[in-house]
Amino acid sequence: MRTIEKIGLGLFLIGLTVFTVVPFFGTYTLTEELVLANTKDIHQEKMAEILAPMYGQEYGSNFSFLSAFGENFNTYNDNLKAQQLWDQVIWDDYGFSLAKAALSSPVRDNPWLWLGLSIGLAVLGGYLFNFRQYAEEPAGIKNNGIFHSKLKNKGWLGMITGGYLILFYILLYWFPAYLVNLVWMVEPISRMLSGGPASQWFLYGLVYTLAILVMGVRMFRKYRGNKYQQLRTASVMFFQTAFAFLIPEILVLLNQPYYDFKNIWPLDYDFFYDYQISTFLSGGGMGIFMLIWGILLIIVGVPVFTYFYGKRWYCSWVCGCGGLAETVGDPFRQLSDKSLKAWKYERWIIHSVLVLAVVMTAVTIANYFSGFSFLGNVTNQLHSFYGFAIGSAFAGVVGTGFYPFMGNRVWCRFGCPLAAYLGIVQRFKSRFRITTNGGQCISCGNCSTYCEMGIDVRAYAQRGQNIVRSSCVGCGVCSAVCPRGVLKLENGPEENRIADLPIIIGNDSIKLNA
Amino acid sequence: MPARHLVIIGNGISGITLARHVRKMDSDTRITVISGESDYFFSRTALMYVYMGHMKFEHTQPYESWFWEKNRIELKKAWVQKVEFGERTLVFDSGEKMTYDVLVIATGSKPNKFGWPGQDLEGVQGLYSKQDLELMEKNTHQQVKRAVIVGGGLIGIEMAEMLAYKKIPVTFLVREKGFWDNVLPKEESDLVGKHILEHHIDLRLETELKEILSDSNGRVRAVITSKGEEISCEFVGLTAGVSPNVDFLRNTELKVNRGVKVDAFFQTNIPYVFAIGDCAEFENPPAADRRTIEQVWYTGRKHGETLAHNLCKKPVPYQPGIWFNSAKFLDIEYQTYGTVPSTWKDSEVKSFYWEHSSGKVCFRMLMNSAGQILGINNFGFRLRHEFFDQAIREKWSGEKVIAKLDKANFDPEFFAPYFIEIQKAFKAQFGGNFQPAKKSFIQKLFGASV
Repeated sequence: MRTIEKIGLGLFLIGLTVFTVVPFFGTYTLTEELVLANTKDIHQEKMAEILAPMYGQEYGSNFSFLSAFGENFNTYNDNLKAQQLWDQVIWDDYGFSLAKAALSSPVRDNPWLWLGLSIGLAVLGGYLFNFRQYAEEPAGIKNNGIFHSKLKNKGWLGMITGGYLILFYILLYWFPAYLVNLVWMVEPISRMLSGGPASQWFLYGLVYTLAILVMGVRMFRKYRGNKYQQLRTASVMFFQTAFAFLIPEILVLLNQPYYDFKNIWPLDYDFFYDYQISTFLSGGGMGIFMLIWGILLIIVGVPVFTYFYGKRWYCSWVCGCGGLAETVGDPFRQLSDKSLKAWKYERWIIHSVLVLAVVMTAVTIANYFSGFSFLGNVTNQLHSFYGFAIGSAFAGVVGTGFYPFMGNRVWCRFGCPLAAYLGIVQRFKSRFRITTNGGQCISCGNCSTYCEMGIDVRAYAQRGQNIVRSSCVGCGVCSAVCPRGVLKLENGPEENRIADLPIIIGNDSIKLNA
Repeated sequence: MPARHLVIIGNGISGITLARHVRKMDSDTRITVISGESDYFFSRTALMYVYMGHMKFEHTQPYESWFWEKNRIELKKAWVQKVEFGERTLVFDSGEKMTYDVLVIATGSKPNKFGWPGQDLEGVQGLYSKQDLELMEKNTHQQVKRAVIVGGGLIGIEMAEMLAYKKIPVTFLVREKGFWDNVLPKEESDLVGKHILEHHIDLRLETELKEILSDSNGRVRAVITSKGEEISCEFVGLTAGVSPNVDFLRNTELKVNRGVKVDAFFQTNIPYVFAIGDCAEFENPPAADRRTIEQVWYTGRKHGETLAHNLCKKPVPYQPGIWFNSAKFLDIEYQTYGTVPSTWKDSEVKSFYWEHSSGKVCFRMLMNSAGQILGINNFGFRLRHEFFDQAIREKWSGEKVIAKLDKANFDPEFFAPYFIEIQKAFKAQFGGNFQPAKKSFIQKLFGASV
């Protein structure tokens, strides 16, 4: 390892360590004023009463504060639940906002400093580690040592990385109150962008975007000399930074609805939720435009673009989940399961999620147009089930946390309902295919090994067949790693797109159909 | 009547292609494939990637293990010690026996050793089999301060790349004036030679191995070259070609020369015994541009396809189509279609050669005196097999080939359109009634430039 890489790695690890210990800093003191300021009008009085025993007490850690909060709050709610007074139960979770308000810590006092020491150092270190990679070597893709790596071949480093990611997602989705220090750290950036306070989602969005940018630099180095890889990496970096991160925040600053213009239902599963629809409808011209734009993407954008270019136009060029998978996840792409069995599971699971998303949305819309009389309660339960099981657990915890165990496209391959929709179009009505170059395949297996979607590319290539698969996201890595120039991503006529050649080109002994 | 028992010795590309195709056409034949080398078919050409950590050995196996049972292809792990042709019986090294009705010998090759002193020392080896790979991992596990590779062919350069992964300095002894120059024309050979040097591999042209020296433990400590130089090394790779792996068949009633002698139907001198792949030696070359022994992955596959047809349907003689091949020299990919020998007579053959200023991309097309395409070499970019198969078969004029070269391009999207430069260069040199292709708008905007 060169000096610059060692320095980079060192800085990254320092930053990561600071990021990891920062949540435990500071003390928490709750007052009535804070409770009143951070609860909804209808709950203010009640909450102020419930939490009264906590006022003025200084809690030394987030654990003690949140445990005291939980005790008081749950006692109240459990009582009501036991008496079946469901309408009096407070369903809102004020843990995060109250913890954030009650915190006093060096991080809150000096957010820029701590931001620099944690995320700043990690980003700088990551950049220094990446930006000169392979500088002394001629351009070309180097997969050297990947299966000898402790990180990239499910070794102990991979296990730790996966465990850390999983823990982070669990905290982020279900226990964000433990992360308020980190949220305070990014507060000034949020104020600058949207004018509003930071939430855990702002923290996540910032970290997510920076991760894509830093690891995007790694992609530029790793795939030097491969323009296709360079361009699609630049594309996901751009769409994440501009469309997913900056534009929605700036829209808020301009008093417009928060909206990611490239997020498409059913990946964007709450697009048709009633509160989302009313946001659009009350958002003036811009809101209406967003609603129409979103619907056009679903019914026109997806089929048309996928017909001409395959689902790659979205999955490996635009999508945020894809963006993370293709940058941060790239070192793990070889871990996807290529077996026929995995393919069978994949088709069952992903299409089930699609059906679930469609049914949920249909019920939601029916409910909306019937004035909330159609299965109102069921709709809410469906929403919370989907949000928990698919939106959080599958897409987040499994989708990213499992990178080091099952490869970088677990969510995209097994779970994403939009990928399923794009895939159906790609499989049955598209000009896209991966062309096999005649008889040049030597069955070496590089293509299959490095396919993040677990497609056994070689099975097709060695028979001279084109690869037409609904799951292919068109990342182009099979083509990039092929040592014999066998694979090419192409858009071409639908005729003969799927063909089975019993005898491979170059053998004149046997005349077929002669 | 019980179904015939087809026994194939060797589970490489030839043997396995044969087994698969026979099973496709005939569900009755009992098929057994014997190998002492590995449990399952694997891609021999991928062994280098296992060494370099690009893949695990399992990844080199093109079929999952259930495939064999599902297709009723029985696998037997054993080395065949001898064949009793009279009794149609195989004898394994365990002493166990197996009878056959039809026998196919597909035992592949073994690395050449030309009787160099010290060629059997510890730390000296070739690279062909799975066992060779395992041996190489063992041989290069401890401190190897320098390795010497003998023989400038495809396996030699692969071995150099493998050792470079372990940061082991390599001296590469090549007998010829240029790398692989019995196959590549001078310019191509030079291009690869330069790239080898760029990778800090110490390439020594026109240098042969004279002797390998031993230390007190019977391990290699140095080599002496034909120029009298002594090079200290702890590893020697012998990669001066391969020859048929048929020693266990010598001195039997089977006719064996360098390989097992076969006719155009892969028939040996003994009925119901056939040979395919690297180990077969044809009576006559199967085509004008072919040799009597074909030692390439692709030819092995075609032998398997053809013999399977012959065992199940009306036999046809083996007739290869337009030649093609490919390789990768470190970072530079190579493809060839048709006939491009290393030398030719200028009076009979016209050559068009274009090389990019980077010195890593080139294109050569040979034409006969009538200007019709004979074959091409391309380095550093990709060209389409079907295109050239058709062009060469239909004897297109060189001009027509070049005029349509954009259709032959097989590089990924946004790559530099080398074909435009090639078209311009051809037009400047040979003239021609065509317009070089234009960059598309998207290509101009985002694409790599030449």
